[in-house]
Amino acid sequence: MHASRILPATLLVAATALSACHKKPEVAPAPMPVPIDSTAIKQHIADSTAAADRAREAAEAAAAAKARADSIAKAEAEAATQASMRAALTKPIHFDFNKFDLRPEDQATLDAKLPILLANPGLTIQVAGNTDERGSTEYNLALGQRRAATAKRYLTEHGVAESRIETVSYGEERPVCTDHDESCWSQNRRDEFTITAGGAGMLNKPGS
Amino acid sequence: MNGPVRLALALLCGAGPLLAQDTTTKGVRITLSYDAGVRPGVVVLPVAGANGDSIQAIIQRDLDYGDRVNVIVIPDSMAAAIRSGFDSAGNPVGMNYGVFKTLGALAVVRVTNTDRGLHVALHDVVHSRVIDVNEFALPPGAATRPWRMAVHRVSDELERWITGVQGVAATRIAYVRSHAVHVVDSDGADDVTIPMVGDGLSPAWSPDSRSLAYATFGDNSRVVVYDVRSGQSRAFSSRRNTNVSTPIFSPDGSTILYTLAGENGSDLYSVPVTGGTPQRVSVSGGTDSGTPSYSPDGRRIAFTSDRAGPPEIYIMDADGTNADMFTTYSFGSRNYRSNPDWSPDGLNIAYQAYYPDASGNFQVFTMSLRDRTPKQLTSDGENEDPSWAPDGRHLVFTSTRSGVKELWVIDTQSGRIRQLTHSAGTSRLAAWSPHLAP
Repeated sequence: MHASRILPATLLVAATALSACHKKPEVAPAPMPVPIDSTAIKQHIADSTAAADRAREAAEAAAAAKARADSIAKAEAEAATQASMRAALTKPIHFDFNKFDLRPEDQATLDAKLPILLANPGLTIQVAGNTDERGSTEYNLALGQRRAATAKRYLTEHGVAESRIETVSYGEERPVCTDHDESCWSQNRRDEFTITAGGAGMLNKPGS
Repeated sequence: MNGPVRLALALLCGAGPLLAQDTTTKGVRITLSYDAGVRPGVVVLPVAGANGDSIQAIIQRDLDYGDRVNVIVIPDSMAAAIRSGFDSAGNPVGMNYGVFKTLGALAVVRVTNTDRGLHVALHDVVHSRVIDVNEFALPPGAATRPWRMAVHRVSDELERWITGVQGVAATRIAYVRSHAVHVVDSDGADDVTIPMVGDGLSPAWSPDSRSLAYATFGDNSRVVVYDVRSGQSRAFSSRRNTNVSTPIFSPDGSTILYTLAGENGSDLYSVPVTGGTPQRVSVSGGTDSGTPSYSPDGRRIAFTSDRAGPPEIYIMDADGTNADMFTTYSFGSRNYRSNPDWSPDGLNIAYQAYYPDASGNFQVFTMSLRDRTPKQLTSDGENEDPSWAPDGRHLVFTSTRSGVKELWVIDTQSGRIRQLTHSAGTSRLAAWSPHLAP
């Protein structure tokens, strides 16, 4: 800006000097250039520097915020993955009255535990077998042990080491409901799964 | 047990009422003519002195709960006349046995407080004489748990004098409430808990009544033996991936037999009471066997097994050989019979069986070893876990007839039932003690 004012003034002076050498045409003398305000120029430079700084800071802040949000989202996704893995590992299966056979509809629940167990060799679980309230209290302790063994056998047959799965029985002693009807009894006839070690920072597939 | 008990009379010399009765512990016994088919009427006189009312009430209740005698309550109108018939030493002075005859009494019990304890005399109304006398020590501290048990011992000895059979008042019942083992007196008094090493089930008494065994379940399932005197507990080691339950003592007290449930079925195992290597006794071949009960001579074991499909009662030799199904009658595909208890006289096995009425409840049955005919004892509510009293006549069991699981006692001869626990919590898995060691 300033340079553009200086340059035409210079040219004007030069042009006026040249025209004076050859002839003496009748031309008006070039006006004197306006004196340059150096303070204003300095201020102008300072203002534009500050604005550039602000823009850069804003951009950096935006980048940092985005990075933080990305990190949070990733942690949430990670936690959601950990939570979903925990949920898959601890989802119970159920049994028919006086039986400890694996029902077809429960096989998928056990299948969902397999990749997590196989991906995390440090992961150990406990399977607790439970029964409904009917029949002999003590016979139900044996039945609960059998139910836990059924789940364990399925998992070990699909590659999980036996030593990583503990089986216990609660018989009829830890009901989830106490009504005396089939809708409650069917909820109590179950295996419950708990993580006993290696449940933090689980990998969600083998080799990852 | 069955049939009249005819006891010989031996006369003491002396004319008139007997005053110089031998009061040493052995004493001289003259016994009543007792017909078990008829309940003799018995009067328990008011007891003078310290805690007399309690003593009289306890003895009356104990004799009533024994179901072998009819306790006759003296009408108030006759009380004074009866009191005046005895001198301060408890000897009848001009006693009018006729008064008791009109009340229908066969025997009169006179208890006197002495500085040594209780002086107890049994009068034979028919023969108008004292026929049994003895002294009974009473611990200090009236109405405490040991004091009550000492009075119960008097009742049991009276019952033996009158009927020939020792009573079961001086016994206790162990059971489970909220996974803690409780012990309650036979009349329902003085319910206490024992210190537990974990949530437990299925208490059982040692033959000398000095120990209780029980088992914990879930994590670290173990057999525990609790010493009643010292209050100390010993836990047997646990095995991973197994659950232990129903520990019982052999009749000679040397061995503990228990159920070990593993991933491939369950079997009965034995271990010396002092500890050692468990030995497998039953052979289930991948099925489930459990809830054992010894015959009184220790030679055989009754237990539950599902080797043939639904749970049934089996009997085998104590070394595990010759296992045979015991409950062979059939209600069809919903058979389920379990939790046998062998009676102390060896003659019957009590158990619970699914009964196929509309309720589908379990009921308590007994089955005679002689003819294998089942006898149904209960029908009200659901009834389980029978355990014999040492008299081989009464059973304690769990019943829902009051709305929640409580312990009830039944007299298998008369069918009379009384409620033992009133906790409003669930009481179950009862084990009746032997006659308690003093």
